[in-house]
This record gives sequence, C-alpha cells and structure tokens, in this order.
Amino acid sequence: MIKLSINLLKAELNEQALLKGLAGNDSKAVETLYKSHFSSIQHFVLNNNGSFDDARDVFQEAMITLYEKVQSNSFVLTCQIKTYLFSICKHLWLKRLHQLGKYSGPLSSQEETISVEQDMREFDKKEASFEIMHRALNSLGEPCKSLLEGYYLNKKGMQELAADFGYTNADNAKNQKYKCLMRLKKLFFAQYNIGE
Amino acid sequence: MEDKELLETIERYLTDDMSSQERTQFETLRKNTPDIDQMVVEHKLFLDHMQSYAHRRSFAKLTSHTFNKLLAAGEWMTDDSISTKTKVIQLWNKYKRVTAIAASVGGFIALTTTILVMSLSPSLNGNQLLQLSNDIEVIKKKQQVQGHLINEVKSKVPGNAKFISGGSGFLIDTKGFIITNTHVLKGNGAIVINSEGQELHADIIYSDYSSDLALLKIDDEDFKAPKNIPFVIRKKRTDLGEEIFTLGYPRNDNDIVYGKGYLSAQTGYNGDSNAYQIQISANPGSSGAPLFNDKGEIIGIINTRQKQAEGVAFAIKSTKIFDLIETVNEKENKKAGKIKLSKNNTANLNNRKSQLSNLKNYIYSIRSYN
Repeated sequence: MIKLSINLLKAELNEQALLKGLAGNDSKAVETLYKSHFSSIQHFVLNNNGSFDDARDVFQEAMITLYEKVQSNSFVLTCQIKTYLFSICKHLWLKRLHQLGKYSGPLSSQEETISVEQDMREFDKKEASFEIMHRALNSLGEPCKSLLEGYYLNKKGMQELAADFGYTNADNAKNQKYKCLMRLKKLFFAQYNIGE
Repeated sequence: MEDKELLETIERYLTDDMSSQERTQFETLRKNTPDIDQMVVEHKLFLDHMQSYAHRRSFAKLTSHTFNKLLAAGEWMTDDSISTKTKVIQLWNKYKRVTAIAASVGGFIALTTTILVMSLSPSLNGNQLLQLSNDIEVIKKKQQVQGHLINEVKSKVPGNAKFISGGSGFLIDTKGFIITNTHVLKGNGAIVINSEGQELHADIIYSDYSSDLALLKIDDEDFKAPKNIPFVIRKKRTDLGEEIFTLGYPRNDNDIVYGKGYLSAQTGYNGDSNAYQIQISANPGSSGAPLFNDKGEIIGIINTRQKQAEGVAFAIKSTKIFDLIETVNEKENKKAGKIKLSKNNTANLNNRKSQLSNLKNYIYSIRSYN
C-alpha cells in the first residue's frame, strides 16, 4: 500500500517536471511527450477515419493547447497529461470530422476523457489572433517583415539588426522599424477589430 | 514629443526598461493625458498579441522539429498501414450499402424468377466481396512499393549506405537547387540521377514535413550547370479541367516516364487547400515530379496520395514552392546561396516532343540513403 502511494507520488512528480519543462520550451520534455503519447493518438485517429498526417496535426494542436495552458498563470491540470492530451485530440478530431461531413456516430475509444470545452474556446480565440498576426506580418513585405520579426520575435538588438540588414547605423534601422511597426499595427487592428 | 519617440517610450515602459524616476514621471504623464493612456493600453494589447504569436510560432517549430526527428528515427509506423485491419472494416462499411443493395436485388430476382437464378445470385454476391478484397490487396501492395526499397548500392554513396527511399525532383535554379517531396527523403543523404543516368551527390538543404516539400542542392564537381531553366513556376492557381502533364521516374530502371491528364479539383485529399486533385496515372516514384500546364509552367508537385481510386493523384500547389523559397532565402544560407527562379518560359510550346526532350534534362531521379 505504501509502495503504491510512493509510486503514485513519483508519477505525479514526473508529470509536474514534464509540464515545467514544457512551459520552458524544453525540447527533452516535448520529445518525452511525443514518445509517450503520440502513438495512442495515432491509433485513435487511424481507427476513426483519419490518416497519419491527421494524427500528426491533431496532436500538434493538442500540444500547443497544453503549452499555452501551462504558460498561463492560472494553470492547473486536474488530470493526467495523457488524459488531457487525449481529450483535446478527441475533441479536435470530432470537430474535423464534422467539418468534413464524415461524422458517423460516437468515436470508438476506450480512454477516459475530461471536458475541454473551456480550453478549446481559449485555443480558438488565440488561433484567430495568431492567424491575423500571421497574415498581417506576411502582407508587410520585406524588409519590414524580417526587421520586425528580428526585433520582436527573435529579440535582436537594433545594432545587430542594422548590421544584418545593411543599414548604416542603428538610428536608421530604428526609423525603419518604427514605420514598419505602424504599418503592422494598422493591418493587425483592422482585422482584429472586425473579428471582435 | 514626436510620435516615434512617444511610441519608443511607451515600449520601454511596457518592457520595464526605465529607471524608477523616469517611470514615475511617465506614469504621471499617462494619468494626465488620456490620449497617451489610450496609446499605452493599445500598444500593450498589441505587444501581448505579438508575444503569444512569437511563443506559439516557436513552440510549433519545436514540436515539428521533434516530431520529424523521432519520425526519422523510426519511432512510429508512418502512414495508415498499421490499421490495415480497420481499413478492411472501413471498406466494408463503405461498400456495405452496395453489397446490401446487390444482395436485395439478387434476392428479388431470385424470388421472382427461376430457381436457376436463385442459385446464381449468392455467387454474384460472393464475387463482389472477392473483388473487394482484391482491392485491399492492391492498396496493400501499393503501400509496400511506396517505400521504394532499393537495396543496390551505387558509386556516389558511401560503401555501407542503404537506399531507403526514392522519387523524382526538378531543377529550379541553375546553381543546382532541386525541389522534391520530403517523404522522398527518408534517409540522411541523397543522390540525384539525371536523365542520362549520371549520378550526382546532393545536399539536403531544407525539408518541411507539413508541406511535404524539400529542397536539395547538387554538390558535385561533375554537375554541368545549365545556362538557364526553361520553365517558370506559376504563381496563380490553375483552373479546373486544365490539361496537365508530368515527367518523372516511377520505374526502377530509371527511365523517364511521361504522363498526361487534367486538373480534377482545386483541393487535395480531405479538402486540403494546399493541393490539387489530378487525374493522371501516378505511380510510387512519381512523388516529387513536376506538374506542367499547357504553357509549360510548373503548377504543382505530385505527391501521390491516392488511396482507393485508380488514376486519382494529388499535387502540392506551386504556390507552396514560393513559400519554401522565401523561408530558405530568409535564412540566408551562406553556403548554399540564394535561390533565383527563372523568369522566362523558353520551352518549345508548339511541339510537345521537342519540349519533353528539353524538359527531361531538368528532371532528376532522387534516391535517399542512410
């Protein structure tokens, strides 16, 4: 009995460590999660009218959902990672089947699931603004796109960027960055506000 | 303050890049100037979105990378072969109705006509089921061939190397850049073979699992760079019904094969908007072969995802090539150099035969080894 509870505790600690790693973009944690959970999702999707690629996509979205969940301050995972990932994948796959008009009754699976409606709504909202940002960035054209990505996404300094792009000094690069930023904001908010 | 400086200040304020004195000053300013307060709120919202965009993007990259690494290491059985059992059930489910109708028709005939017919109808039924299982055999066989197992070892590859996959590809830049499918490159190294049978060593510059597009670069002193590339890659989408043709190496003997067909849908398998459905006879090994329209422009890349139907293949839209080139050029791969696409179509359009004999010089058979 004692041994059992120690094992449970160990497993619990393992999961906590994994989630912590995930939150910190640790590639080992990501690898472990793929290794331990992807094949069951693969089975589930393949057994329910899907392909290997579908399984890959669904699982990646589930990983992103979990990742964004652990990043938020209010994060609590009330079940095992396995159950969580599976619940998300099941939800996503059902949705996909519906979209394709292929849904034909409840999906076959033996795994237990939890309700993920709330998290999925959160995910969809983020997905929408992600898409808007993505489109806005891509319609900027070069060098604006790379300049802003360099500064805001890759956190490069103005000096470094000036050198990368061949501006004569950091001030000129800054000027350009400002112009690009204004364009990006305009593009982003134009779409974002429609969506709201 | 100028707008530019103001925004810069707001940004420093939001990213905690201020001395406490400056901070207090700015907060006072913010409190007393509703316009500035509004700007701060707006910019914070924007930066937050930018932040989550950055996070999601880099995490998605991390997962793709990890996935591809594990996949390459053989962690999972790819494709849908592991559920052959389910496939039988799926096929059965799919044809259940047909079979049921056939059975009831058979029954009806049997009831209303002679005993002779009655004795025939079950066998008719049986034939249909037999045919079905034949279909499954065919599908299975295809999946096996898809891997294109090649055991022979040739000169340009290390002695102990084993070919594990192969397909087709085509030159897009005179410097030796070749486009193919990612699933053609299952191994760590690759060689390309031109239409004359000459082997050339190539480096895998970039491979993207999600689009199934990969980029190779010939790195071999025997490579004779052509003066120009006689075709352009089409930026716009292609219309339904447009006639298309392809050149690739689906055969093991490395003879180039010409195929002709038409565009049958604007989307690919499962409504994939990055692909076309085409009516053409594509075999394993056609993967990575270019798809030309009548004008000799490249409109897609075959990636053979046919499942049940004969003659139905899928091709990645040519626009995805531009995405790939953009990504690669952005990385400023110093060793490989920048990719420059041809701007002119110089292929002879009037005579298909001479057009093909020209085009085939730019299409390569690709083999990947470990």
